[in-house]
Amino acid sequence: MREVIIIGSGPAGYTAAIYAARAQLNPLLIASSVEPGGELMKTTEVENYPGFPEGLMGPDLMANFQAQAERFGTEILFDDVVEVDLKGETKVVKTGAGETFEAKSVIISTGAAYRELGLPKEKELSGHGVSWCATCDGFFFRDKVIAVVGGGDSAMEEANFLTKFASKVYIIHRRDSLKASKIMQQRSFDNPKIEFIWNSAVAELKGDAKLEGVVLEDTQTGEKTDLALEGLFIAIGNDPRVDLVENQVELTPDRFIKVDGRTSKTSLPGVFASGDVIDPTYRQAITAAGSGCVAALDAEHYLSSLQGE
Amino acid sequence: MPIDTTTQKFEADVLKADKPVVVDFWAEWCGPCRMISPILAELAEEYRDKITVAKVNVDQEPDLAMQFGVTGIPLLGVFQGGKMVKQLVGARPKAALVEELAEFLK
Repeated sequence: MREVIIIGSGPAGYTAAIYAARAQLNPLLIASSVEPGGELMKTTEVENYPGFPEGLMGPDLMANFQAQAERFGTEILFDDVVEVDLKGETKVVKTGAGETFEAKSVIISTGAAYRELGLPKEKELSGHGVSWCATCDGFFFRDKVIAVVGGGDSAMEEANFLTKFASKVYIIHRRDSLKASKIMQQRSFDNPKIEFIWNSAVAELKGDAKLEGVVLEDTQTGEKTDLALEGLFIAIGNDPRVDLVENQVELTPDRFIKVDGRTSKTSLPGVFASGDVIDPTYRQAITAAGSGCVAALDAEHYLSSLQGE
Repeated sequence: MPIDTTTQKFEADVLKADKPVVVDFWAEWCGPCRMISPILAELAEEYRDKITVAKVNVDQEPDLAMQFGVTGIPLLGVFQGGKMVKQLVGARPKAALVEELAEFLK
């Protein structure tokens, strides 16, 4: 039986692993088979992670996290957790490859998954004009007219990145002001290739074999207009990944894992949660990392209380 | 082993193949492509009697990517009888891929 299993490999998961490993809890971190490193693997320059005054690339930051976790003896498994049983004193975790692990405690850092628009044809057109990853797909839109939907930092980052390729990038946002940080807003306002379309939502995707345009709906008046586009990047936020645990731990009304105050304690003893899966508000690499640290310290405390019994 | 196909070889490798061909549109700079590459190599080996796996490097073969309207990678296109009959966009775990491709692996 293991002391602690950490599910997830973003900043929260790896930070929990660094702390748990240094506490000699020999953590097993299950990183996922195809998305290890989490959200930051899709970003380019990370400029706001303290300790890196020149900034660094998202994937490089995550490679550093991983190396630091491994340095203190974290065991990393590149597989997916497909089932958990967290209710008992012994926690059971099963992976896609069919392995079963048991532990006294579990830290859930499964993050959040990108949100879809929920429109007809969205799935068919993905990979043919509709995309969720500017760094993956921007290359295909050289000299094309495209749009980004969303108003947060990731929408601004994607839009600015995409101007390296596209001839024009619209930012479609449902309100008349942005949630993004001021510096990212300013960068977008200053970029001559970016044009904002305010108070608008994408109501329809047009095109069959590939995206040809969208129908925009004015969120104030309901008026509809056509916009010809060859690419549409969707950056409208994320939903916490709770499907593994939703019937076992208590969730908030917004479907985040519910934790007790500033701790990482879930409704089940020995089960801790950290990172974007508990955070409806801040969702930064640094807050996720801090939250992972909290989870490891909480788990360590829980494990020593078990020994005292 | 997956084969590397090109614009010149595409007809023989893919369109006129006897077995279904899973075409992996990929690039060096694409992280998710690198993640699924070993999984595809395993599938090519395990299901060698059922399918062929062919790889299209979109940097070297932009015409093929354009011909099939590929604007996002990794994109897996299953070709049967000279046509793309199914497509999967984005990386996913091996079990999920096997499930999505089940009809071609039987």
